Amino acid sequence: MNDQQGEAAMHQLSKTATGIKGLDDLTFGGLPTGRPSLLCGAAGCGKTLFSMTFLVNGATDYAEPGVFISFEERPKDLEDNVASLGFHVADLVREKKLVIDHIHIERSEIEESGEYDLEGLFVRLGYAIDSIGAKRVVLDTIEALFSGLADTAILRAELRRLFAWLKDKGVTAIITAERGEGQLTRFGIEEYVSDCVILLDNRVEEQITTRRLRVVKYRGSAHGTNEYPFLIDDEGVSVLPITSAGLEHKISQEAVSTGVADLDSMLSIGGYFRGSSILISGLAGTGKSTFGGSFVEAACKRGERCLYFAFEESPDQIVRNMNSVGVKLKGHREAGLLRFEAARPSLYGFEMHLARMNRDIERFDPKVIVVDPISAFRGPHLEIHATLVRLADICKSRGITAVFTSLSSVGDQMNESERSVSSLMDTWISLSDMEANGERNRVLYILKSRGMNHSKQLREYELTDDGIHFIDAYIGSEGVLTGTARLAQEAKERQASMVRQQNTEKLRRELVRKREATERHIAELHADLAREEDEVDTIINQEEAWEAMLGSDRSKMAAVRGHHHEK
Amino acid sequence: MKNNLPEDSAPSIEVKSPEPGAYNLRLYVAGQTPKSLAAIANLKAICEDHLSGRYSIEVIDLTITPQLAAGDQIVALPTLVRTLPPPLKRVIGDLSNTERVLVGLDIRPRVQEPS
Repeated sequence: MNDQQGEAAMHQLSKTATGIKGLDDLTFGGLPTGRPSLLCGAAGCGKTLFSMTFLVNGATDYAEPGVFISFEERPKDLEDNVASLGFHVADLVREKKLVIDHIHIERSEIEESGEYDLEGLFVRLGYAIDSIGAKRVVLDTIEALFSGLADTAILRAELRRLFAWLKDKGVTAIITAERGEGQLTRFGIEEYVSDCVILLDNRVEEQITTRRLRVVKYRGSAHGTNEYPFLIDDEGVSVLPITSAGLEHKISQEAVSTGVADLDSMLSIGGYFRGSSILISGLAGTGKSTFGGSFVEAACKRGERCLYFAFEESPDQIVRNMNSVGVKLKGHREAGLLRFEAARPSLYGFEMHLARMNRDIERFDPKVIVVDPISAFRGPHLEIHATLVRLADICKSRGITAVFTSLSSVGDQMNESERSVSSLMDTWISLSDMEANGERNRVLYILKSRGMNHSKQLREYELTDDGIHFIDAYIGSEGVLTGTARLAQEAKERQASMVRQQNTEKLRRELVRKREATERHIAELHADLAREEDEVDTIINQEEAWEAMLGSDRSKMAAVRGHHHEK
Repeated sequence: MKNNLPEDSAPSIEVKSPEPGAYNLRLYVAGQTPKSLAAIANLKAICEDHLSGRYSIEVIDLTITPQLAAGDQIVALPTLVRTLPPPLKRVIGDLSNTERVLVGLDIRPRVQEPS
């Protein structure tokens, strides 16, 4: 289906790449070749810079010279303004890759008498195009003609002719126009330019501006229909195509060390999965950044490129602070393995931040990123969610292992940003400190870690001079004990076990004594028996002796009697 | 400065240029279109009527010399440019409205009419 559509689109319409990151993705190739496209938006939303980028990219990257017809800014001003994007327009003009023509109409200078047409504009445009063989044209902002010329009937007819003429010329053109009330453009230019209409918007929400882009229509082509944030800064223009991220990323079985040996062992695979997203949430001062920093240091030691997005501290501050807990980042930073991108969260809306981060990621191509912290972003949670989903998707699609830190507030189980991203995260480590006995002790808990059997224990840890170290867990009837409570409990335990030991010892001794007593008793009985036996023997002997003596006495007596009797 | 003089000091109907200053007029056209031809004819007639002997007309055909269009900021055609006397004045169209041409070239002051 998708392929068919893509193929069909390719056959139907050839496209001209704008070279603007993201825009070419969401229009599946760029602007319609050889046709005018309308770029509309309110004042100050970047129409001029956007269209100049189109020309400069064409001239430098696609060998397509361009013509910029400016109705508002003079060439010199224009050159200065786009110099802020790093464009050297004057060089391109010298190299005959670009022509800038300033068309200026001052109504007060002009008297209209009779019929006229805009052939002069055609002549100038045609001359400019032919002089360098231009393939791209920008008319910025053609509506200025409406304020310069009175006869709008002529003007409209001529504009219609102009756009047809541009098509005949086969140039890919961008026509810019001011946003109007109730319609796309103030003077209804969209009526004439209908192949491709792109709307730029610059909205201020909660004092933060976010530039957004929407492809309103694109005849004959599929296109992303959402609003996409885009970015204009010293690196040029880039659009963040949200929907180009999907769920089809490849997954990895490889484990990458967390940089904390004890934490590695809590995760059964010995670290995070490569390409997974990790949320480290915790209270202030629980060492979220240190966990992030340790992870980065481990990655740098493996020779992987790391990008650290800092929203609360300056890079130097982070490096210094990490150094104090034994996480050495300075060398890696100097070696170019580690890059910091620091910005105040309030500098742009988070969509802008996202666009910027996306661009940085694409440019630096890191293996590992740290976003510290996501809780710095304030705003409607739907938007935060959408933004972070996109960031996580970007990372996953590129196989980047991403660590996000988030500051939770006391008493709040989850803050807005955590709640909104928790389902996105593959691993969620919660850091907190337990307050008891007048002290705070840091504990860590792995709330979840998809695809592995992780430890379910609460673990106490310390931030020491040489990194994060875990302390053997004490888990008793009163839950996990930390700090002195743990020590006290341990002492109590030791005492109790000593008492128990003493008790057994006593019992053992008693038993021995009992056995000895019993044995003594038996011996006594034996002795008694022996004595009795002796006595009985003696008596028996006496009796026998007595009997024997009696017998002989009797015979003696009988003999005496008999003898006497016999006589 | 000097050029404000005629307007300020002479609100009369027929403006005679204080100096024998000639009118240098340049008419931009594109090819021999009906509008071009009408403009040339109309201009000649107006000059003869109002600037007799005090004008020179240069007709520039941009189909032949397109590079000249940018110099005088030409957008609409035909365009009549008064290069002398200063300041630069422009009249666009086929010059069929003589009154407008005279006003546009400062030959006749702008009439304060509401319609």
